[in-house]
Order: sequence, then structure tokens, then C-alpha cells
Amino acid sequence: MTRIDDTFARLKSQGKKAFVSYIMAGDPDVATALAVMKGLPAAGVDIIELGLPFTDPMADGPTIQLAGQRALEGGMTVDATLQMVRDFRAADQKTPIVLMGYYNPIYSRGVDRFLAEAKEVGIDGLIVVDLPPEEDAELCIPAQKAGLNFIRLATPTTDAKRLPKVLQNTSGFVYYVSVTGITGSAAAQAGEVGPEVARIKRSTELPVIVGFGINTPEAARTIAGVADGCVVGSAIVKEVGAGKPAADVLAFVADLAKGAHSA
Amino acid sequence: MAEDGLNSFMTGPDEAGRFGIFGGRFVSETLMPLILDLEERYNHAKTDPTFWAEMDDLWKHYVGRPSPLYFAPRLTAHLGGAKVYMKRDELNHTGAHKVNNVLGQIILARRMGKTRIIAETGAGQHGVATATVCAKFGLKCVVYMGAHDVERQAPNVFRMKLLGAEVIPVTSGRGTLKDAMNDALRDWVTNVRDTFYCIGTVAGPHPYPAMVRDFQSIIGKEVRWQLAEQEGEGRLPDTLVAAIGGGSNAMGLFYPFLNDPSVNIIGVEAGGKGVDDRMQHCASLTGGRPGVLHGNRTYLLQDPDGQILEGFSISAGLDYPGIGPEHSWLHDVGRAKYVSITDAEALEAFQLCCQLEGIIPALEPSHALAHVMKIAPTLPKDHIIVMNMCGRGDKDIFTVAKHLGVTMKV
Repeated sequence: MTRIDDTFARLKSQGKKAFVSYIMAGDPDVATALAVMKGLPAAGVDIIELGLPFTDPMADGPTIQLAGQRALEGGMTVDATLQMVRDFRAADQKTPIVLMGYYNPIYSRGVDRFLAEAKEVGIDGLIVVDLPPEEDAELCIPAQKAGLNFIRLATPTTDAKRLPKVLQNTSGFVYYVSVTGITGSAAAQAGEVGPEVARIKRSTELPVIVGFGINTPEAARTIAGVADGCVVGSAIVKEVGAGKPAADVLAFVADLAKGAHSA
Repeated sequence: MAEDGLNSFMTGPDEAGRFGIFGGRFVSETLMPLILDLEERYNHAKTDPTFWAEMDDLWKHYVGRPSPLYFAPRLTAHLGGAKVYMKRDELNHTGAHKVNNVLGQIILARRMGKTRIIAETGAGQHGVATATVCAKFGLKCVVYMGAHDVERQAPNVFRMKLLGAEVIPVTSGRGTLKDAMNDALRDWVTNVRDTFYCIGTVAGPHPYPAMVRDFQSIIGKEVRWQLAEQEGEGRLPDTLVAAIGGGSNAMGLFYPFLNDPSVNIIGVEAGGKGVDDRMQHCASLTGGRPGVLHGNRTYLLQDPDGQILEGFSISAGLDYPGIGPEHSWLHDVGRAKYVSITDAEALEAFQLCCQLEGIIPALEPSHALAHVMKIAPTLPKDHIIVMNMCGRGDKDIFTVAKHLGVTMKV
């Protein structure tokens, strides 16, 4: 059992949907990002997705691209990202942390070294956008062996033939991408998402969380309502990008969390 | 090197799209079903005689193939050593080798029922070739081009627009070729159902590196029979030289000769201001290390933390921080040798080629030519070098003028 499994067990017993929020490590600087991160659980966030900055985020829209650029220009590194998690864990042993990013910074560091460090600082799961099941031997299998969840994306193009392959080595939860597109794109439609989530749930016991295109408390409520929870990323990152202080960002997050939890 | 017999350099990639550890399919889940479908369709097309009949017909009547294999007598005399031949792919319709591959991909896209074509472009040659073939077939064409390149390659931007393409200046990241590729991938993931991504080089997720190589291999296949025609039955080149950005013209020349052990194979990377720790170059093999970007594992210019660095070269067509995965493999197994040439050396070769042969080369093959100038004088007179003149230099005259201190009114 990881912290992720524990969290879903708790939410299930409470009859609540999960609210997952994304922030970029080191955006716009480590101090602000850490202040936001530390405040997320109190704002109602059940699982934290922490973005690992990368120069070439091919699946991300402009909002998260710019967040990564701000972080990198501020000198953010893999070391500093791991340290952020360590600092967060000093005061919070319960909230699951999922590191989300692209493969090259991990590959460059060395998979075994990275996994040992990630486990040691208190990361619970990984979402690596450019590692489909076809490349499971790279990181997915080693991560599971190291005791980390490897959370896979399922998308509208993942058809019935392919779904078992996508689910096979997934753990923690399944992240359903609500639209064919990049982060921060068109609004997710509950009418379209609902049947897709149901389709996935027929093939897995894992919770299904929906992300991409969710940017208001109302959207969080309706989308979480047709799944086991929802993720908001770009909308929060946009607040950070506008230069808002941590308290204002957290107030915005709290509204989103209320939306998701009212589903 | 070759352990399992004659075919061992030409059997790649394996089923997972790997050349050794290089290549693969490092893309988001949204694209995977499409990439698998593309692979299946391509595997079918490549053994379908009607597909190749259509290609051959267009290569001959639309592109103007075969391109000549030209013995360069004055350059050879000037260098005083090996005989230098040029494969004249700059004489193709649209002025470069790029169209060889575009034709293949567009015919495939039509067979797959795709109605919208997207492409990335650096110098604009691949964009122009894609816009051209889309115009010919009445397909919608969108070209992503770094904002910086849009500015410095204005004639090619106008060409693409004349041909009916939409050119989207890319400002994400630093607005270069790699960012154009990122934005093309973002478009593809968004419009995956009706859109075909026409990649311009031997990179990207499997099956692109193999597919683009196969389409470009017409270059090397022609060299094989053309040289035999001019030098006698069975005469193979002794050395092949080609410039490398992503590496498609080079792969096209090299591939049909990989299993001929007597043929030396040399790829020439863009050394920019010199391959050293200032990193002002695009020499991924001589100055980079393996990493994962744009769907494949290959040698990349990157910092110690795995962040991708910008390339630097006088030639916009070589300005890419990666290289096709098959080149990475050929480099590691030692079948091909890779060297680098600086901006200054390429400029010198550019001028020499104009003056001695009456050919204005693109800056990309000027790098290959510069290496020929280095090695030809050291080789015997019966040694045959074939270099790939993969593009013409019309697009580059403004850049060259600037470096020579000449002011031109546009």
C-alpha cells in the first residue's frame, strides 16, 4: 500500500471524490512553489502532482510550458525538485505526491539512481507522459519494483483493443485525459467523459481520475461526478504565472477542491 | 561489427523500432494508436508494387529523378587527390532532397484517408516540399516554423504561402526548429483523427526513422548504378560523404551501401563556432550524449540535468540538437564515422564550389564539401568520393552575403 492507495481507501470510506492539483516545481521560484505546495492539503487537495520542469514539454499547452520555462530560468534542477519534496515531507507524511514530467531528465540522471532518490524523499508515484506501455521496460517496471506507483494516461484514442495494454502495468490510479489535445486546452465535457470513464472502470479496479480542460469549481464538480476524481493543472499554474501570492493561489485551489468534493 | 552475416547493418529497426538502444516510440498515449496504425499501413505499402509504381512515376515526372551523378573535374584537379563526384539532389523539384520523402509520406497519408497535413521546418526546405506536394494533391497544409527562422528565411515563407500552406510562426520555447517540432506534435495530438504529421527527417517515433530512410534511399540506389555506368561494372564508391542535421540525406545515401565493407561512410555534423564546451554547435554525435526527445532515443545536445540545449549553426537546416537514431547506432557500432565542420570551413567550401564548378550549394552540403576538401588531397587519384549535394544555395545567398560583409537590398 502506498500513500496513494491509502488516500483512495480513505476517500472511498468517506464517499468523497478525489481532488488532485498540479503545480510546477520551482515556479516561479522554489520558495513560492514550496509555500503553495505546503498549503495544498489544507486547501483540500487530496493528491499533489508536482511537475518536473523540462525544456521540451510536448504534451503541454502554453500555460505549463511557460511555467517550466520560469522554473528553469530560475535555476530549477532535478536535485532542487527532490529537495522540495523532502522539505514538504518534513511537515506532511500523509499527502501523496506524484511527480509528473518527461523521461529525459530521469533517463539522464540514471533510472536506478532516480528511483532510489525519489523513494527516499517521499515521492509516491510517477506520471511520465512520453513513456507509453510499449516502453514499459524503461521506467514503469523498475518503478513498480522500487515501490513507486506508475500512473498511466488513458486517452480518447485508447480503444478497446489497446486498453488492456494500457492498464496492465498501471498502479495507483488511471489518469484519463479528457480531450485529444494538450494541457490547458478545450473544456472537458462531462457527457463525453462519463461513458469513457465507465468503459475504463469495467476493465480495472483502480480509481479513474480525469484531467485536462478542467478550470472552474463547477467543471471540477461535474467531471469529478462522473469519475473518481479530477485533476486541475493549468488553471492553478495560470494564477502562479500571474504573480499571485501563495495565499491567493491557495484560495483559488480551495474553491476548486470544494467543487470536486461537492460531487 | 557484423556478427550475423551479410545483412546485419540493414535489418534495423527491430519490432520495437530500435536500432540497438536507439529509436523507439517515446510518445504520449494519444498518439500511440495512430503510430501503430501508421506502422501497419507503411509495412503494407512498402511491399505493395502499386505504391512504388506511383512513387516511381512521380519521382520521374514531377521531381525529375534520377538526379545526375556528376564528376567534378575542376574541384578534383584543385584538390589534387581523390576523384570527387557529386550526387545532384539539389536539382530536384523544390531544390533539395526533402521532396523524395514528402512524396512517400503524402501518398501514404492519402491511402490512410487523412485530409490535413502538418509539418515542421527549419530552413524552410521541408516546409516548401510539403506545401508543394499538398498543393499538387489538394490537401490542407499547415507548417510550423520557429519565429526566428520565419524572419531569416522570408523567401521560403512566401513560397509556402504561394503554394497555399498556412505557416505558423512558433514562439514557444526559443522559437527554433526543435520548438517547431514540439508545436507540430502538439497540433498532431489535438487533431489526431484527420491529421498526418509529415516529418522531414529520419527522426521521431518509430516508424518515421525507417520510413523516411526508405524513401530517401533512392539517392544511394541511384548512385550505385550511376557510378557503375561511369566507372565500370561493379565499381563502388570508396568514400561517401554527407551533411547531417537530422540526417535524412545522409541516411538516403548511406543505407544502400551499409553492407559493402569497402565503402567508407562519413557523416558531417555542423560544428558551428567549434565543437567545445561553449556548445555553439549542432554536433550531437561528437558533442552530445544519448537521451530521449521527439519520440526517440538518440544522441542529443543536453545539459547535465537532461535539459535540451539549442543548437548553433550558420545553416538553419542543420540547427537541431538531435540526430536520427540510426546514425547514433551506426556511430556506436562503428560502421559510419562522424566528423564536424565549422561555419567558417563551410563558407569557404561554398565559395570554392561556386567558383570551380558553377554550382551554388546550400550551406548544408557545403559542410560535406568542406570535409571532402580536407580528405581528398590525402587520397590516391583512383579513390572515388561521392558527396551528396543535397540542396541548392539560392535560399542561403543572404546569409552568405552577410558573412562576407556584402549588403544586399531585398
